Order: sequence, then structure tokens, then C-alpha cells
Amino acid sequence: MDGIALLTITVLAVFVGFEVVSKVSSTLHTPLMSGANAIHGIILVGAIIVAGQASDPWVLAVALLAVVLATANLVGGFVVTDRMLEMFRGRQRVAPPGGKAGPVEAESKERTR
Amino acid sequence: MTLIDPVWTSLLYLAAAVCFILALKGLNSPRTARRGNLVGAFGAALAVATVFMSVKMDNVPWIVGAMVVGSGVAAPVARQVKMTQMPQLVALFNGVGGGAAALVALLELAHTGDRWVRVAIVFTLLVGAVSFAGSAITFSKLQELMTTRPVVFAGLPTLMGAVLLAAVGAAVAVVFSGSLALALLLLVLGLAAGVLLVLPVGGADVPIVISLLNAFTGLAVAASGLVLGNVLLVVAGTLVGASGTILTRAMAAAMGRSVAGILFGAFKGGSTAGSTAVSDRPVRSSSPEDVAVLLGYAQRVIIVPGYGLAVAQGQHTAAELALALEARGIDVDFAIHPVAGRMPGHMNVLLAEANVPYESLKEMGEINSEFRTADVALVVGANDVVNPAAKTTAGSPIYGMPILEVADARQVVFLKRSMRPGFAGIENELMYEPQTTLLFGDAKESLIKVLSAVKALKLS
Repeated sequence: MDGIALLTITVLAVFVGFEVVSKVSSTLHTPLMSGANAIHGIILVGAIIVAGQASDPWVLAVALLAVVLATANLVGGFVVTDRMLEMFRGRQRVAPPGGKAGPVEAESKERTR
Repeated sequence: MTLIDPVWTSLLYLAAAVCFILALKGLNSPRTARRGNLVGAFGAALAVATVFMSVKMDNVPWIVGAMVVGSGVAAPVARQVKMTQMPQLVALFNGVGGGAAALVALLELAHTGDRWVRVAIVFTLLVGAVSFAGSAITFSKLQELMTTRPVVFAGLPTLMGAVLLAAVGAAVAVVFSGSLALALLLLVLGLAAGVLLVLPVGGADVPIVISLLNAFTGLAVAASGLVLGNVLLVVAGTLVGASGTILTRAMAAAMGRSVAGILFGAFKGGSTAGSTAVSDRPVRSSSPEDVAVLLGYAQRVIIVPGYGLAVAQGQHTAAELALALEARGIDVDFAIHPVAGRMPGHMNVLLAEANVPYESLKEMGEINSEFRTADVALVVGANDVVNPAAKTTAGSPIYGMPILEVADARQVVFLKRSMRPGFAGIENELMYEPQTTLLFGDAKESLIKVLSAVKALKLS
């Protein structure tokens, strides 16, 4: 792909990034950080390409180190984000006696731990 | 031989990029967030499958083995980490990502003669190395492996300037010569710059640095995409860079400070150290039983949890107290300042872990107008984020910082360890107001006492 096309995509991605993230509620800022963190673990793709082309053992060793680090970033990031988001659940406890009934979320299929 | 042709490769990468955008978009609401994250993980899996199918590869068993090692280390850590340790973990994963990007760029140097590609390579090398080393220091500070106070020594600004200047020189030299030795030097200089960047940052500001380094890693990944001509890396990296930048700015604004002030404040001997001055004006301090009566016979209570609650690990007790009050028919909400906890939004995660439904977690903008309808505002382990000086005292270090308007509530109860001022080192006038009651002690212990006193109250 030529340079100008890549530059175009980069600039558009900046705006998509700004647009998507500016709507995230501050309640979810920690999962946002850890989710965005997981996404940049996709450098794994680059590490795999480099490792797949390595012929010199030293180059391969360094590339494999990059694969290990990138996988840790990618897998760990998505796992821990999922763990956090699983804990965010709606009101579904029984209405307290004499109190207002909390609006029961329609998300009845939410897992219970 | 590859399994799929370039058109399919591009289409699959496009699909993965869309998954990543949907993952970030899902975070607009707690209801869609988890699904969004799973979509993002699917996109990542799709991209990894695509790279194996589309590029002629050697060393496949080695690569798969390395991936098994990477996930084998990271997944158990991610599953078991305590929610209070989330900031460290994010710093750690961020650092290894930056390190991986730097290594990829280093190895690509031998494969290119193009100067523009080398520009992207030196950028990735430098920024990735800064991110790796900076995250390592951030991790050590948060894990308390080293002091959490700003580390400043004479000549630090000069040293930083020299390192950056040398790095720029080395970068230019690599672009023109393509020399691997100079690239290694650049890597070392980048690591040094990362260390020097984070050392002078104080403990409470560290979370903002994590967010900034997260954006850095994103940019490094985007640049490595330019090196490899891989659109997916460009898009994913840019998304993270943009989102990290926005988040960093939002957090700095929520603390009423500038990003530059946080990074370089300690250089100027700024106020991050905090003061320990204690005034001896009279305050109204009270017993757990009195606080329980105030809470138990209210109609609407707003709990304001802060950093001190997270430090005291009192979030589960706070959630229990909210339940006990709701059982008495009292309307209870949690008012969350954007920077409460040990990282932005951290308090929401801690309370979610304690089974507080997310409807009860109110953002600052949403809850601020409701304090005037509240009978009691219960401030647990927070200080600066409720200090009216941010609005009224023009010379104050926190002037201009958005605060939770607890002063509007009919009664204000502070659970505090002592009269020591908060992180900003200034007194909170609110504590001397007539509507304010203080209960001294460790946040968790005080909550436990108040909780049992509330349970002992007769139903009204």
C-alpha cells in the first residue's frame, strides 16, 4: 500500500478514535484504559511477521521475545478487561421492604457468580 | 505458498479493525461494554489467524510456542489480580506492548533501505522504549517497590535534556545510515528517557502517566504498522493513541491540572509534595452511633468514596452499608469523582466488584445537582475532590478543579483518618462548617462501626 493511502487511513483513524472515546462514560474509564491497552497488543501481528521471516538465530530469539511480550499484552489485556466488565451489573436485587423497588434490569441472562 | 490472497488478507484485517472500533464503542454503556470487549478479542484472534494464513512463514512451531508462553504467563495473572492492583497491571501490560513494538522496529531495520520507513522505525524504537521503561517505573511505584514520592535530583532537567538531544541525534543518524549499532544506542537512550520521565512524578499523578504511556504505545504500534505496511496495526495503534490522548487530557482536567504540569511540575519544586500543616480550629467530631442515627433516619444519602477508601480496602463495607440503608427505605447513591481511587474510574470498578449496581454509581455531572436534595453526604476517604476552595479560593492549588458539591447537602459527614490535608496540601473549609460532622479513624473500621450501629437502629 502506498504512503499516501496509509497516511489517509491514519488521519481518519485519529478522528474515529477521538469520536468513539469521547462518548465513553467516566464510569468506565478504567476498563477503557485496559481495553485500549489490550488493543495495542495487536503488535503481536507485527511480531509474528518478523519472527516468521527470521533466519538468523539471534534475530529469531529477539523476535520470539517480542511475540511473548505482545501475546502477554493482548491476551492479558482482554482477559482482565472482561473480568472487570463482568462485575458491572445492573440492579437486580429484591426490592427492600417498604422501600422503592429498584428498576429491575431486563438483562436477566446476566451470569451470576 | 500462502493460504489466502492479498485481497482476502486486507478484508480480514479490515474486519478486525472494525471489531476494535466496536470494542471501544461498546464502552459507551456498562450494558454493552462486556460484549464489546469480546468482539475486540474476536477481532484480535481473527487478525492473528489471518497473519498465519497470509504470510509465508518459517519457525511456526517456535512462534506458537512463544504465544503459548506469553498467554500462559499473562492469563493467570489477569484472572487473579486484585481489583485494587489494576493500575499496576495496566502499566505492566502497557510496558510489554511498548517493548514488543520497539523490538519489531529494531528487527525491521535490516529489511529496509527506504529513509521514510526508517523514520517510522526510529519513532517506534524511541517511543516504544520510553513506554517500556516508563511503565516499568510506574509499575514499581504503584507496587511500592520504590518510593511513591517524586524522585528529583539536581541536574535532572539537564540530564533529561541531554538524553533527549542525544536520542534525536541518534535517530537522525539511524535514518541516514541504517546502522544497527546506532539503533541499539537509540533504544538505550529511549529507555533512559522513559525512566527520567516518570521518576519525578508523584504517586497520585502516576495514573495519568499510565494513560499517557498507553497513548505512546498506541502511537508506537501505529508507526510499526507504517514500517510493515500493515493497515491493521496502523488503525489499531492510532485508535489507542487517540483514545489515550483524550483520556489523559480528561483526567488531567478532572484533577484541575495540566499534563505538562504533572510531568514537569516536580522539576520546578511544585506542590506535589503536599503539606502537613494542621490547623487547631474546632471541629465537630462524633461517634459511630451518632453518624448511624444521622444516616438511618435520612431519606436520601449520597456516599462519596475516595482514594482513602480504596487504600483501606473498605469498598465492600461501603456497599454493605448502602444495602443496610436501602433496606430501611433510604435512597442511596454513590457519587464518583472522575479521579477517585488509584486510577481514573477505578472506584467504579472497586464498587462494581462489591456488587453495587452500576445505576447507583453516579458520575459527577449527573449527581452534583442532587446534593441539595440529600439529607446526608457521607464522604469516605476523600478530601480534595470535595473541597469548596476549588471554586472559591483563586490562589488555591486546586482552584478550577471540578468538585463534588457535597456542601449543598443538609448534613455532611466526613470519615477521616486525621485532620491532615489531602494530596493538594490545603485545608478543607468544609470541615469547619456547622453542618459538618467528622468521624475519625481508618475508613474501613469506621464504616464497620457505623454499619453495625445502623443495623442496631430500630426501624422508623
